[in-house]
Amino acid sequence: MEKLIFEKSVEGRQGNYLSPLDLPEQSEQEIVPAGLKRKKAPLLPQLTEAEVVRHYTRLSNLNYGVDTGFYPLGSCTMKYNPKINEDAANLAGFSQIHPYQPEESVQGALELMFRTESYLSEITGMDAFTLQPAAGAHGELTGILLIMAYHASKGQLQRDKILVPDSAHGTNPASATLAGCKIIEVPSQENGGVDLEALKQVVGNDTAALMLTNPNTLGMFETQIMEIAEIVHQAGGLLYYDGANMNAIMGYTRPGDMGFDVVHLNLHKTFSTPHGGGGPGSGPVGVKGCLEPFLPKPVISFDEQKQVYSFEEERPQSIGRMKAFYGNFGVVVKAFTYLLMMGGEGLKEVSEKAVLNANYLQKLLSKNYGQPLPGPCKHEFIITPPETKEGKINTLDIAKRLLDYGFHAPTIYFPLIVPETMMIEPTETENKSTLDEFAAAMAQIAEEAEKNPELLHDAPLDTPVSRLDETQAARRPVLRWKEEK
Amino acid sequence: MSFLPHTRDEEIAMLEVIGVSSPEDLFRDIPEKLRLNRALDLPAGLTEKAAWDVVESLAQKNKNRGQYLCFRGAGAYEHYQPKAVHHLLSRSEFYTAYTPYQPEVSQGTLQAIFEYQTSICELMGMDAANASHYDGATALTEAALMALDATRRKKIAVSTLVHPEYRETLQTYLLRRGIELIWLSAQDGLTSLSQLEKVLTHNEVAAVIVQSPNFFGSIENFTPFAELIHQQGGLLIAATDPLSLGVLASPGELGADIAVGEGQSLGLPLSFGGPYLGLMACKEKYVRRLPGRIVGKTVDRLGREGFVLTLQAREQHIRREKAGSNICSNQALCALAATIYLALMGPQGLAQVGQHCLEKSHYASRLLAQLPGVSFPFSAPFFQEFVVKTQEAPAAINQRLWNAGILGGLDLGQYYPELENHILLCVTEMRSQAEIEELVRVWGGA
Repeated sequence: MEKLIFEKSVEGRQGNYLSPLDLPEQSEQEIVPAGLKRKKAPLLPQLTEAEVVRHYTRLSNLNYGVDTGFYPLGSCTMKYNPKINEDAANLAGFSQIHPYQPEESVQGALELMFRTESYLSEITGMDAFTLQPAAGAHGELTGILLIMAYHASKGQLQRDKILVPDSAHGTNPASATLAGCKIIEVPSQENGGVDLEALKQVVGNDTAALMLTNPNTLGMFETQIMEIAEIVHQAGGLLYYDGANMNAIMGYTRPGDMGFDVVHLNLHKTFSTPHGGGGPGSGPVGVKGCLEPFLPKPVISFDEQKQVYSFEEERPQSIGRMKAFYGNFGVVVKAFTYLLMMGGEGLKEVSEKAVLNANYLQKLLSKNYGQPLPGPCKHEFIITPPETKEGKINTLDIAKRLLDYGFHAPTIYFPLIVPETMMIEPTETENKSTLDEFAAAMAQIAEEAEKNPELLHDAPLDTPVSRLDETQAARRPVLRWKEEK
Repeated sequence: MSFLPHTRDEEIAMLEVIGVSSPEDLFRDIPEKLRLNRALDLPAGLTEKAAWDVVESLAQKNKNRGQYLCFRGAGAYEHYQPKAVHHLLSRSEFYTAYTPYQPEVSQGTLQAIFEYQTSICELMGMDAANASHYDGATALTEAALMALDATRRKKIAVSTLVHPEYRETLQTYLLRRGIELIWLSAQDGLTSLSQLEKVLTHNEVAAVIVQSPNFFGSIENFTPFAELIHQQGGLLIAATDPLSLGVLASPGELGADIAVGEGQSLGLPLSFGGPYLGLMACKEKYVRRLPGRIVGKTVDRLGREGFVLTLQAREQHIRREKAGSNICSNQALCALAATIYLALMGPQGLAQVGQHCLEKSHYASRLLAQLPGVSFPFSAPFFQEFVVKTQEAPAAINQRLWNAGILGGLDLGQYYPELENHILLCVTEMRSQAEIEELVRVWGGA
């Protein structure tokens, strides 16, 4: 392991990025009143630039990213992030513009946002988009607030229940709660599909919306979506689309055509912007026309006559702002660049190959692993551990052993409705050899599980650290470094 | 441009393994009625070069800060970014990784976050920090939610000198939760303490939210606010600009229970308002109420030190509808930028930047004071921004400056109707003496 940067610090060492103050005179009195002045300097590291660069370069070597290798993390769409995206976002005309500079001087940025909104509307079959949400969960909260504002405008204040399948991402119920709603969990069928009978029993005049992912979190297309939409709409509720799995269906079908009223997308999943070790992402939200007046402000409008883009602040029915300024603009630039390269046909091919890769890998893994659901799947699928003479080996052990084989592990123990599940999403940018090698490693692990299960319990062996004690971390939290006295 | 790898032969081989004759067969589960029976109506895909030409021409339609002199802040600040920050962020082992769910192959991200948490705690004078929030506005908002949950009260007192867009974000989040917001007015550029005294009566207020430097740039004293609200069993939420904390006392020292802020000033580009960095830190007592990812130190099986995501029982993927927050993705790469920035600057460097901001903004105010029609409505000490009252309309002044290649201050009348003919001016360490003098010369109409 690498020492902490604080432990490398030497008193008095520093980089030097500022020239001495160049003013003809300084303030005669201390500007900051004594009581408000910093007395003890913060214990920040004191190092040269070379030391700092070496430290973080070495830390980067302890990481595994998409550029390192195969990262089949289900529901996360870890596709290759084209390098042009990074350069585009770093153009001075995008990265060095102030959010409050005159609109006439940011027409290119506004045009880029306006065009991105219209592309996303076409891809999803919606009428309008906001780019303000900073992440998927932030988009969910935005979407539910929009739905509640819509119901309120119709005098339907009693509609405060959000229906969420038990297979849903944890953010769905958490976002709806944050929006002040109550959650009704809807049981799923074995294939993860919504149980229509159960749905009929819970919808009513208190239903605000149903939140759904399609394909669902087991990688299966919800074939009864039209019936579901009808049940919810008939009861006066709306349909919310969690776009985490959009990579499966682009150009084949659209949430808007399925009956969804609100969608969020994850630009950091479907539209190739990198995940940054946890963020920044971007979670644009699209709506049908009836919800458009409620979109967060400002919205971008285009005056065709004058050929001028502008921010519209006068939005009396708007839910307000979801954050300061206009969203994670730099991330939007990356997704826009990707959209330009793909075009409509390219996006359809993306989904086609994402689904092809998932089905191919599912087939390869079916020899050694449990397959709770028969194919075909969409862009991802679930498997369970193989039966061994000792009984089942657990999913965590398999995931950890995969790290030794040089792969990132799949998403594990999700969705919650299938015990010991592994959720695998290969994405369209992986080639056949990688999928074959991954399947071979999984086959070998299945064999090890049979012959030498201890090996799996001890895994990983070839990583910078072995399995870490999470219980101790939570029981006696050490959340920051402190100077040893 | 396509990033799809399969050759025709490979694809045929794969389809054979699956047992279908074409990829279309894999989409037969989508009901006929739902299929999009036309091509998506998007422009045709471009080569990398052609796409680059488009984005470059769009970028050129914007005027970037290299093409004008920036004297505007208001929540987004131009500071010097050492080149090494960008270079290290460009390590794709960092930027192409996901949230560190597999700690054994994510020690780089995890250790960097642990270092980030340490630096933020040091700056803020706090015991724990999360791994980041979306931005200053959402960090402040979720701090309010923490306080509401912790006290089980239904009222929050908020300074009107908190950034207007942060206040609007807070209002949006609280829209449907039946929370009463009490607005604390301004007095001489600072938040009115006497008003807080009046509204704090029946132990009903969960927290008071004060920002320093506040939206007008003035340096607030958190201490009396902390004392008042603590007597009532509530919390002080302090919003701050971390860059000021090399020279200003930390929120923790001054009695804050939760400290939040916008971290953009720590090495992040202006980027038209995002991605930025929401800072969130708190005293020990509230650690288990912090939203979002938190990294903790532990040991592996061989007793070696390592880092993991911890205290996850707070979070949405475990607690679902009972979670205190819904945050999942955060701004990890921006947090890395701040960590590297702080390591490069060190404590002396940070104090020096702060000193330059103080001195340069005051130099600008002294020069402006010599112009006819210019006055200063507030006497409170300020950090790098200050309010100027003008006789001439701000729009006219700013147009004159803009024509001369200068982005002047923010017209405050848009945000505070009572402050018509007031400009919020920002002078950071980036501005030289000559540039400040140029501003004053053009402002004065010379």
